[in-house]
Amino acid sequence: MPAKPRIRLPQTARIGEVIEVKTLVAHAMEIGNRRGSDGNTIQRLLLHTFEATFAGKEVFRANLHTGTAANPFISFFMKVLGPGEFEFTWTEDGGAKITERQPLNVT
Amino acid sequence: MARDAEMTDRRAVIVGLSAMATSAGWANPAAAQTGPSDIGAVLKTLVGDAVPVEGRIALDLPEIAENGNTVPYAIRVDSPMTDAQYVKAVHLLAPANPLPRVASFFFTPQSGKASVASRMRLAQTQEVLAIAAMSDGTFYMHKRPIKVTVGGCGG
Repeated sequence: MPAKPRIRLPQTARIGEVIEVKTLVAHAMEIGNRRGSDGNTIQRLLLHTFEATFAGKEVFRANLHTGTAANPFISFFMKVLGPGEFEFTWTEDGGAKITERQPLNVT
Repeated sequence: MARDAEMTDRRAVIVGLSAMATSAGWANPAAAQTGPSDIGAVLKTLVGDAVPVEGRIALDLPEIAENGNTVPYAIRVDSPMTDAQYVKAVHLLAPANPLPRVASFFFTPQSGKASVASRMRLAQTQEVLAIAAMSDGTFYMHKRPIKVTVGGCGG
């Protein structure tokens, strides 16, 4: 399984504030047309979906295609409606998932 | 006079044939690389029969991408992001890549602003295309040219 994803949230957030959420996960995002050193085509292996929920509710989703760079970095925004915890999920071709949780410090 | 007319006809036929040859010459390699026809099919799945209007989208890109394997970008769509009026999705396409789709991002009114940043692969110099799907069923689009020094996509 790939390395632990990196998540960057503001240290504190107020209710009503729109915060930026930055995420990065190490992954080759193999696009299926490259050849390995043995001359054979390397099979496609992408993280095809990224989902973010906050306090159990979906707040952002992305479908990643072959045009997305390796080690996908995604930054998005969310309006803080109350306290809660983020759950970030990346889904790989074949169904494997990478999940990371991080609470938001709401003041 | 009759002969003149015949000559004109023959010339017209030759001009017509060479025009056909030219257009065939343009069309075949494009089809082989699943170029324009493919982007047409992708657009059809994204917007259906709707015609996207230019505007509302800001696309931040470097003017020159030295490394096509990782090109940073940011997309921002102008919208109040309320329950009544918000941006549902933003799609980014690189039409000159072997496969044009880069990513699609889905928002809710709770997003606060329809703004996203990520990194893409670009095979060659081209015009990238962002499409925004609004909650009222309308679509906006924006194109930006970008020069690529070394192409990504393994090619």
